[in-house]
Order: sequence, then structure tokens, then C-alpha cells
Amino acid sequence: MRHGAAMFLFTLLTLAACQREERDTRPQSSLGSGEQPMPVTTLEPGGQRPSASDNKAASFEANAFHLSEGKRLFSWFNCSGCHANGGGGMGPALMDQKWLYGSSIENIHATIRDGRPKGMPSFRDKIPDDQIWELAAFVRSLSGNAPSSAAPQRNDDMMPHPSENRMPDAATLGKSP
Amino acid sequence: MKRLAWTGFGTACVFLQGCSGWQSALDPKGPAASELAWLIWFFTALCAVIWVLVMIALATPLLMRPLARSEPLALDSGADRRKLRVVVIAVGLTAAIVVGLTLLSFFANRTLAAIGSDAALTIRVTGHQWWWEVRYEDATPSRILTTANEIHIPAGEPVRLLLTSTDVIHSFWVPSLSGKLDLIPGHINVLDIKADKPGVYRGQCAEFCGAQHANMGTFIIAEPRAKFDAWWNDQLQPAGPPASDEAKAGEDLFLSRPCVMCHRIGGTPAGGTVAPDLTHIASRRTLAAGTLTMSRGNLAAWIADPQGVKPGSHMPVVELNGDELNAIVAYLEGLK
Repeated sequence: MRHGAAMFLFTLLTLAACQREERDTRPQSSLGSGEQPMPVTTLEPGGQRPSASDNKAASFEANAFHLSEGKRLFSWFNCSGCHANGGGGMGPALMDQKWLYGSSIENIHATIRDGRPKGMPSFRDKIPDDQIWELAAFVRSLSGNAPSSAAPQRNDDMMPHPSENRMPDAATLGKSP
Repeated sequence: MKRLAWTGFGTACVFLQGCSGWQSALDPKGPAASELAWLIWFFTALCAVIWVLVMIALATPLLMRPLARSEPLALDSGADRRKLRVVVIAVGLTAAIVVGLTLLSFFANRTLAAIGSDAALTIRVTGHQWWWEVRYEDATPSRILTTANEIHIPAGEPVRLLLTSTDVIHSFWVPSLSGKLDLIPGHINVLDIKADKPGVYRGQCAEFCGAQHANMGTFIIAEPRAKFDAWWNDQLQPAGPPASDEAKAGEDLFLSRPCVMCHRIGGTPAGGTVAPDLTHIASRRTLAAGTLTMSRGNLAAWIADPQGVKPGSHMPVVELNGDELNAIVAYLEGLK
């Protein structure tokens, strides 16, 4: 009997893990519109006000589905054209510790939506708000800021060596097959 | 018992109805499909005969009264030899039939491979989740044509299809014209098809490829050569100017909203290639890879709530008010 209860609890716990890729593909109006003004700087007179946080941020940040959708959109919308898979090129690197305009998902969302000086275009009205949140969540995951249980894998073609199962056999290494 | 038999017969008739029409391997409309249909029927008939013979051979000793023998344990070498002969003959026949069937399918394969050896037209079909990108190759770059989900081919001529995919493995299957062949990312498979007569043949993705695998249909439209050439020339034209003020407003909205990020419309700045080309969308029969028939109402439904029509598809919900939606639909409806 006690075993039964333990099994039941264990199953419940396992099921809880299914939340990591809950797939909301329709915008959730209850989570807010994503239109909250995001201050460009944290400096202001009269003491700092509580940091603004969007309800949407939490629901996108640790969700494997949204992160992988963000990864797909990152290549679809040619972010790599300037940011080169996050390594940086014409645009700044996205996988380092440096954040010119803040590291929170709300900051990144504001950057994509409104653009930034010296080249970052504004994607307001060109990308639906939820898709901007997905991109922002993915950009944060590039520098390891997403739970590893949810973050998408790096593409095979970006690995320094072929994946394990495509490596040459140790016995024939250096010899032609 | 009799009623049961009639019910069974009626049900079988209903199911057999599915064997004809525009998507059936048993209703072949091209040389490859005819070859395959013949193989299916021949294998089925031969195996049915063998099955009946085996059942008779099994049932006979079961139903027969055992012979009364005076000495059950006495050796009867004559009978043993007879039985051995029967077993040897049966094994020999089985081997011959298996080898024969293998040879038959080998020669059928050779026939299939020879269909497109002199194909003049090459079409690149790329699978996406969950639609088909169709690119007509031509030596003249300005005649290369990209469209989606509908493949027009000249009837009576072999056509070479180069199959590949950008995301997961799909499979191209137009049962009335040919067998299935997979679309594999990073690899090109070659499938040659030929339609004997003009007609519309439906195809379907035949390899589970995600949530909307079932709604990944395609249409092969076989036309006489002259009609096909006219179609190609029409499709190469850029989209004409919007016909009405509403359609003009729709064009402006299309270009200033997320639509422009993924879709291409020839003759406008919209140049996205990750989603179906919409230059002549209204000339196609269906929307969203065979999910909806083409009509003003369905266009509006698809744009207003793609996640309700085809949940999980990569077309996002774009927030538009009623007037904006109407304008965009009016514009797309005019893209013949």
C-alpha cells in the first residue's frame, strides 16, 4: 500500500516535468501585452524604483518550447547576419558577459522591439510580441542564462568536432577506411 | 449468420470505395503506380492462393478420422519416405516462390528507375514543417520559379523530382502516380514521376513529421504541355497592382506587419523565403498545404487564427482588427 502511494507521488512528480515544454501558441492576453515601458537606464533621481517586470517574462524564460522557437526565429529572421550565431560580428556578441542595455529578458525584449542606436533595427510591428519574447528568451540562453533542462542544444555544424556517433572509429583513426 | 455476412459484405464495399479516386495506390494513373498496383495485386492473389492451400492441408488431417493401426509403434518406412518427399517438395516450392517474387520486385524496381531517365523537367521539392516548397529548375535563372504545395506537371512526360528537407524527415507520396520516397535534411533523393493523363492527384506526407503531419498535403496537377507552359509563364509574373482601395490598404498592411518577415510576394519588397511564396496564392486550390480550400472566408479564418486551424504550425497569430483583416484578405484574394 505504501509502495502504491510512493509510486503515485513519483508519477505526479514526473508529470510535473512536462511543464517545461508547455506549448502556448496563442498570445495570452492575461499575461499582459508586453507594452510596459522599459527604462533605458537604472540611474534616476530620488532613489531607484522597483524594477519593472513583465508577467510574460517568467512564462517564456524557462520554457523549452519557447526557447527552441526562439532559436528557429533567430535563424529565420537572420539575426546571425550581424550577431553571427551569438558570437558577434557587425553587431555585438550575445554569448558573453557584457550587456550594453541590461541583461534581463525585459531589456532584451525592449532592444528587439524598439531597436538600439548604431544599427540594431526596431522590429516593432514586424514580429508579433510573443515571438519577440521567444527571441529574447533564446538570446538570454546563449550566455547560459536559461535552465539547462530547457535550453536548446547548439547546432551540430557549430560544434568544434563532429558528434560522437560521427567520429571516425578509434581503430581506423588516421587510416583511410 | 446470413445477416452478419451481408453486413460484412456491405462494410467491405464501403471500404473498397476508398480504393479509387485521386489518392489511391489501387487506382494508378501513371506507369510507376501501374507497376506497383500490378505487384500489389499479384502478391495478394498469389499469397491468397497459398494461404488457402495451406489451410486445406492443415484442415484435412484435423478433420480426418485417424487410421486404425494394429501396431501403432511399428516402423513404416514407405510412409515416412512419402512424407519426406512431400516436405522436400513444399520447401522447394516455397524457395522458388520467394525467389520468384524477389525477382518480380527487382524488375519492377528497374522499370521505376527507368521512367525518368530522359526527364526534361526538374523540380526541387523541399519539405518544411508543414508544407512543401516547390522550385522549378531552369537553365535560365529568370525562369526559375518558386511556389508552394501545388506541383503542376506536363501530362504524359516524365518529370524528375529532387527531394530534400530543411527540418525533419518527411516523405513524398502521391499514391496515384508513384511510390513513397523520403525527404531527408542535407540529402537529395531523386524520384521520377509521370502522369499518363491530365488530372489532379492528391499527395500526402507519409513520414510522421510533427504535430501537423496529417495536414501536410500536396496536389499534382497534370496538364497538357501548352497549358503547363502558359501556367509557368503566368506564375513567373510579379504580382499585379492591387485592384481596389481596400486591396491597396491590404498591401500596405502586409508590408508593414509581420507577414513580410516570412513570406515573399514578387514585385513587392516582401522577400521572405522561410514560408510559402504568396505571389500567386489565389491561383492555388488550397491553403496551408491542403488544410482549407481557397476562399475569401478561409483566407480570413487562416490569418485570424492559424493556431486554431492548424495548431502548432509556424504561422503565428498576428493581432489585426476586423478592417485590417478584411483589407489583407482582399489583397491576397487578388493575387491570382
